[in-house]
Amino acid sequence: MKPIKTPQQAIEKMKDGCSIMVGGFISCGRPLACLDAIYEKGLKNLTIISNDTSKEETGIIKLVMAGRVSRFIGSYIGMNRIMGEKMKSGEVKIELVPQGTFVERVRAAGAGLGGVLTPTGLGTAIAEGKEVLTVDGKKYLLEKPLKADFAIVKANKADKYGNGFSAGSSKNFNVAMAMAAEYVIMEAEEIVEPGQLDPEKVTFPCVFIDALVQVAKPAKGGK
Amino acid sequence: MEDNMRLRIAKRIAKELPENSIVNLGIGIPTLVTQFLPEGKGILLHSENGFIGLGGGCCFDSSMSFAIIRGGHLDYTILGALEVDEEGNLANYTIPGKFIPGIGGAMDLSVGAKNVVIAMEHVSKHGEPKIVKKCSLPLTAPKQVNLIVTELAFIRVTDAGLVLEEIAEDTTLEEVIKNTGAKLIVAEKLGRF
Repeated sequence: MKPIKTPQQAIEKMKDGCSIMVGGFISCGRPLACLDAIYEKGLKNLTIISNDTSKEETGIIKLVMAGRVSRFIGSYIGMNRIMGEKMKSGEVKIELVPQGTFVERVRAAGAGLGGVLTPTGLGTAIAEGKEVLTVDGKKYLLEKPLKADFAIVKANKADKYGNGFSAGSSKNFNVAMAMAAEYVIMEAEEIVEPGQLDPEKVTFPCVFIDALVQVAKPAKGGK
Repeated sequence: MEDNMRLRIAKRIAKELPENSIVNLGIGIPTLVTQFLPEGKGILLHSENGFIGLGGGCCFDSSMSFAIIRGGHLDYTILGALEVDEEGNLANYTIPGKFIPGIGGAMDLSVGAKNVVIAMEHVSKHGEPKIVKKCSLPLTAPKQVNLIVTELAFIRVTDAGLVLEEIAEDTTLEEVIKNTGAKLIVAEKLGRF
């Protein structure tokens, strides 16, 4: 059984300067309750690892605007002007990664692999300073695993073992990130007794999850 | 560019997509292709955030989504571009000195998809050719573009160079050549669209 915590309790171990993976793609599948708790706690000098910063002035962007994020690793920051300004001023160190490479680096960290060999980025600025390996006559870029101290992910439904189900495209980066951090918090809109979540419909096997947070379902029409 | 010109590009690309193909559409002109997909042709759309097909289909996480893209399981990717050159090199993610919005899926899509189709205006806002001899902007991927469709021309990238297969109904061969910064090999039977 995994502990069911409030967002404040779940993030208790987070300290200034830690690295946090945040699941979600734009506004889909975002663990907003934990992001709010991180903001309220006043944590700073954070490394945020997330595909994008989303459009809304909630979640990651709220932390960025408050000057709490010193480093961001992701694939896209063009959804709002704030990240552009922070990049220009040097306030946030930004590392941009091709989206497929990003998720596979995270997955590699969680899957015990020493890296990923990908053709993506060969012959571009992304390849600068990286090792190129030839396998069976074909060239690949060596991309290293990407891990974090914490991951916060979102599920629609979880059981008390920590198994989780995520609907539709809200699976996105949540699945790989749940594998790749020291301590993983899963927000779920519904938490049920073991046996009440169909094992055939498990998106996140329980082994990856350290704590559960019960959150409200978004209003109808939301994600 | 005027809306009817953007729609013309999308319409011509839709005609090119074979039955039962799996297609990923980028933002901008590529998205307009959906308006021209014929019913019953079985074309399925893939989206990098994790699904294939709408209203029936399948959904998956980002790792699977990019395995589909990078692993060569995607038949077509339709992307916008800043520059494309004679070798099929593509530049579409950044202009040095300006804000870099990010890379997103563009590098994986152009490396992984079986066919890379560029949907773009023939010239830039300043009237400069976007089809050039050699890309000057940072590359998204080298030598991956297969087809370029603009409001003026339908161009196939081949080992011999850029083959101009069709020109728009309201243009002339001279106008197309004048607005292109690369060498064009004019097809023996030049079509119209």
